[in-house]
Amino acid sequence: MAYVSVKGGADAIANAKELVEFYRLRKRTQPLEIKQIQSQFRLAIDKVMGEGSLYAPEYAALALKQMEGDVLESAFVLRAYRATLQRRYYSDIISTREMFILRKISSSFREIPGGQVLGPTRDYTQRLIDSTKYNESPEEIDQFLKEFDGKIDREKLVDVNTYNKVIDLLKAEGLLMPAEKSYDKTVKDVTLEAIKFPAPRSVTLQMLARAESGGLMALAYSSMRGFGDGHGTIGELRYGAVKVRITDTKGRKRYIGSINVTECEMITKINTTKESKIPYFAIGYGLVFGQNETKAICMSILERGIRSGKKENPSNNQEFVLYHTEGVEAMGFTNHLKLPHYVTFQSGLNNVRESVKRNQEETEDKMKVYKELAKQQQQ
Amino acid sequence: MIENKKFNTSYNYAFIDETTKKEIRRKLLKAVCIPGYQVPYSSPEMPIARGWGTGGLHVTLAIIGQSDVLKMIDQGSDASVNACNLRDFVHMTTDCATTFDTREATIIQTRHRITEEKLSDKQIMVFQVPQPEPLRRVERYEYKTRQMHAESDYAKMWLTLYEAYVKWGDVMQGAGYPVMVNGRYIMSPSPIPRWDVPNLNNSECLYLFGAGREKRLYAVPPHTKVEPLEFEDVKFHVEDFSNVKCESTGYNVAYMDEMYQDDGVTKKFYVNDSNFLDKLIEKEEVVQHSNKYIKKIKDALQ
Amino acid sequence: MHFNNHNSTHEWVLKVENLTKIYGEHTENTLANTGPSKGTNICPETGSIVACANISFELFPGEVLGIVGESGSGKSTIVKQLFFDLDVTMGSALLRPFKNGEVNIFEESNQKKRFMRNHLMGMVYQNPRDGLNFAFTSGGNIAEKLLMADLFHVGKIRERAAELLDKTEVPVARMDDLPAYFSGGMQQRVQISKAIANNPPLLFLDEVTSGLDVSVQARVLDLIRGLQHELGIAMIVVSHDLSVIRMLTDRTLVLKNGRIVERGLTDQILQDPQHEYTQLLVSSLL
Repeated sequence: MAYVSVKGGADAIANAKELVEFYRLRKRTQPLEIKQIQSQFRLAIDKVMGEGSLYAPEYAALALKQMEGDVLESAFVLRAYRATLQRRYYSDIISTREMFILRKISSSFREIPGGQVLGPTRDYTQRLIDSTKYNESPEEIDQFLKEFDGKIDREKLVDVNTYNKVIDLLKAEGLLMPAEKSYDKTVKDVTLEAIKFPAPRSVTLQMLARAESGGLMALAYSSMRGFGDGHGTIGELRYGAVKVRITDTKGRKRYIGSINVTECEMITKINTTKESKIPYFAIGYGLVFGQNETKAICMSILERGIRSGKKENPSNNQEFVLYHTEGVEAMGFTNHLKLPHYVTFQSGLNNVRESVKRNQEETEDKMKVYKELAKQQQQ
Repeated sequence: MIENKKFNTSYNYAFIDETTKKEIRRKLLKAVCIPGYQVPYSSPEMPIARGWGTGGLHVTLAIIGQSDVLKMIDQGSDASVNACNLRDFVHMTTDCATTFDTREATIIQTRHRITEEKLSDKQIMVFQVPQPEPLRRVERYEYKTRQMHAESDYAKMWLTLYEAYVKWGDVMQGAGYPVMVNGRYIMSPSPIPRWDVPNLNNSECLYLFGAGREKRLYAVPPHTKVEPLEFEDVKFHVEDFSNVKCESTGYNVAYMDEMYQDDGVTKKFYVNDSNFLDKLIEKEEVVQHSNKYIKKIKDALQ
Repeated sequence: MHFNNHNSTHEWVLKVENLTKIYGEHTENTLANTGPSKGTNICPETGSIVACANISFELFPGEVLGIVGESGSGKSTIVKQLFFDLDVTMGSALLRPFKNGEVNIFEESNQKKRFMRNHLMGMVYQNPRDGLNFAFTSGGNIAEKLLMADLFHVGKIRERAAELLDKTEVPVARMDDLPAYFSGGMQQRVQISKAIANNPPLLFLDEVTSGLDVSVQARVLDLIRGLQHELGIAMIVVSHDLSVIRMLTDRTLVLKNGRIVERGLTDQILQDPQHEYTQLLVSSLL
C-alpha cells in the first residue's frame, strides 16, 4: 500500500528522519565545525543568507551543516526561522558610497575614481581541479598566511576606501535617465503583505534580492541572448562592507554593525523619453548579501528589464520574473508533486474512462471512413 | 563556538507571532463576509515546504485554541505521511488534542477531500489549496484575473467548459471542479473530487481555504449557495462507483480508492475516507453528508 | 433611402460629441496647432499626436454611416473608442438603448461597458485575430458572445451558432474547427457572425475587406449589405476605400488629420465633393 499505509504514517516519518541522519554520519568522519563552514564555505554562506534573506553567517553555516550542503534547503531553514523573529526596527537606507571596498570594477571605463580594484576573485584563474587541496595541512595554511602577511607593505595602506561611483560621473554629465515620476517613495515589506501586480519598485528589488541565484541567471541570460534588452555594460560592480544603522525611538541614529554586500549598477542601452529626443543611459540595479556577483549582475539586468516595459519577453514581465525566481516557493511546489494525489487522479481517471466509453462507437465509425478513403485512393 | 543559549529559542504559541495571527484572523473575517472572494495575506514562511499545506497551517494555527480537537487528513487518510507531519507540528506548537474521529474534531485540516461524515455547526474544515485561482487556466496573469473577478467577467471560463464538451462530450474537469459561490464569485474548491463538491453547498459547518504559496485566503460560510458550473443541458455529475464495491465493507456510496494488486491486473476498491471506513467496519452509526447526487445513487440502490 | 426621415433629433441611436483622442502630453494649443489646415496631426510643441479631435455626429436606427480617409486619418480610432477598445481623451457619446441615451457611455463602469459591448454593439476588425480567439473553435467564438448574454444551454448555443454561420455562409460542418485553419474570407464571416450574435442594434466595421482578395471582398460586402437589409442594424463602416463606402453607406464623414473635413449623403459626396481632399480621393477612385 505504498506510502499511505493504514496507520503507519507516523512511524514511517520517524524512520525516514533517522535514516537521513544515518546517511549524514555513517562514515564516522570528523564533525564539521560551524566556524570551519563559515570561513571555508564563504560563498555558499553568502548564497544561503541572500536566498534566505537573513544576514546571519553562523545560522547559515548551521543550516548548511544540517542540510548536508544543500544551499536552497538551507536558505529555506533560514527563511522559516526569520519568519518567527520579531521585527523591532527597519534599518536606515544603507549607503554604498561609504562602502569599505574589497573589490570594485567597471567595464565601462578604463580607469575610474580610486582605480579598478580587483580584490578577491577567481575570474582570471584557470578552473583546473587543484590536487594540492586534497590533503591540506594546518601547517601549510599557517605557512601561506605568514607569507601573505609578509607581502603587505603597511606603509602603503590607504585608509580612505570611499569613492565616487561611475554613475555619479554620468549623472554630472546629464547622461542618466531622469528619475521616473511613478517611483514609489514608500518601501513595502514583501514578507508582511501579499504583493499585487503591477508592484512598486521596492517590491521588485526585495523579491529579486531574495530570489534563487540560478533562476535569476536563467532569465537574465535569456534577456542577454536576445529575449530581452540585450547586453548591458557594467557601470560598476562593488563588493565590500557597509554600515547598518537604525533610528531609535528617540530619533537617534544607532550604528548596529556592518554587512558585506555586492552591488551592481548596469548601464543599459541608450534610450529617449517621450518628452524629448535627448538620449540617455538607463541603470539597472542589483544588491545582494555577501559576495554573489553573478546574482547581483543578473538582478540588475532583470530589474532594468522589468521597468523597460516590453512585456513580450518573459524577462521583462514583472509578474513572470518575480513569481518564478522565488526559489524556496518553487522548490516546495516542485517537491509537492511527490505527495500522494490518488484522490485527484481517480477523479480524472473516471472522466477519461467515461469519455472512452462514450466515444468507442464513434471512434470505430471514423476508422471505417478512413479505411474506405484509403482504399479509394489506392484504386 | 556558538553558545547554546543563542539557539535555544522557544517559539510562540501556535508558532506564528501574534501580529500575524491577528492579520490572518482579520483576513478570514473578510473572507467570510465575501464568500468565494480571494483575500491576499502576508503568508509568512513556515518550517513546512511551500505547496505542502502552509496555507492550511496558517489558517489552523491562527484559529486554534487549547480546547480545540484537531483532525488532520491528506487524500482522506489520517495516517498519510504528510498529514502525520502536519499534525505533529500543530500538536507540538499548541499542545492541542488530536483525533482521527471526524465527529470529535472541532477543526479538520484537509488536503483534497471533504469527510464523508456530515459536519456540524461546531466544526470548521480547513482546506489546503495549491492554486486558489480558478481562472488561471484561462488567464495566466494575476492582474487580469483580479479584474475579471471584480467585473464578473466569466465568459472565458464558461467557454472552456463548452469547448471541452464539444471535444469530449463532457466538461471533463476532474478534481477541483469550479463552483459559483453565492451567485457572485467563481471559486476553486481546492482539488477535492467532484464527489465532495455538492457538500460545500448549504453546509452546517464553516469552510476555510488557505493557499500559502499563492498568499490567498477564502471561505464558504455555513448555509451559502455553492453551485458547480453546469449548463442547462450538460450537467455536473459526480464520479461513478456504481459498478464497484468496497473490498472490506461492500459499501459503494462513497468516494473510492482503486488499488492495483501485486499481479498488476486485479484491482480492488476501498472506501477512501479512512475514518468513515473504520466506522463502517465497526458498524458504528455514522451520518453521511446528503446531497441530491448521493440521494439519487441511494434511491437507485433500493 | 430612408435617412431623409430622420430630421427629428429624438430618433438617433448614437450621438457623438467632440470625441477627441490625443496621445502624449498636450497643451491648450495642441488642437490649434494640428489639423488639416496645418497638414499634420503631430503637435510641434509637445510632440503629442492628435488621432482625432472634435468628432461629432449622430447615427440613426438602421442607417449606415461611412467614415473615409487615408490611413492615419483617425477613422479607426473613432470606432475603437466607441467600442471601448481605446480610452477617450475628451468627448461624449450617448447610446439610445443604454439608459435611454441620457448618459455619457465613456463615464460608465467597466462592467457596464462590457454589457454594452456584448449586448448593444458588435465590432468586426480588419484583422480576424483581433475579433476572434484562435485558440477556440468557430462555434466557441460565437458561444463566447452568447455566454456573455447568459445563454447557458449548450444545445441552444449550438443551434444559434449554426444559424449564424449559415447566415454568414460559413459551412456549418466547420463549427467545431479552429478558425486558424480557415481562409481569410471565411474568418471574416465568422467574425461577422460573432459580432451579430446577440442582435446588437449597432455594428462597427473597421476595414473589414482590406485584407481580402478582390473576389472575396465582393462576397463579404454582399453579405454585409444583405444582413443590413435583413436585420436593420445601424452600422458605422470605416474604410479607406471609396468603393466600399459607395456600396454600403447612406451618409459619409470624410476625415483628414483627425478632423472631419466634409460630411453629407454618400451619393452627393461622390458626385460633387466640396473639400479639395475629398476631390482628390474621389478623382483617384475614378
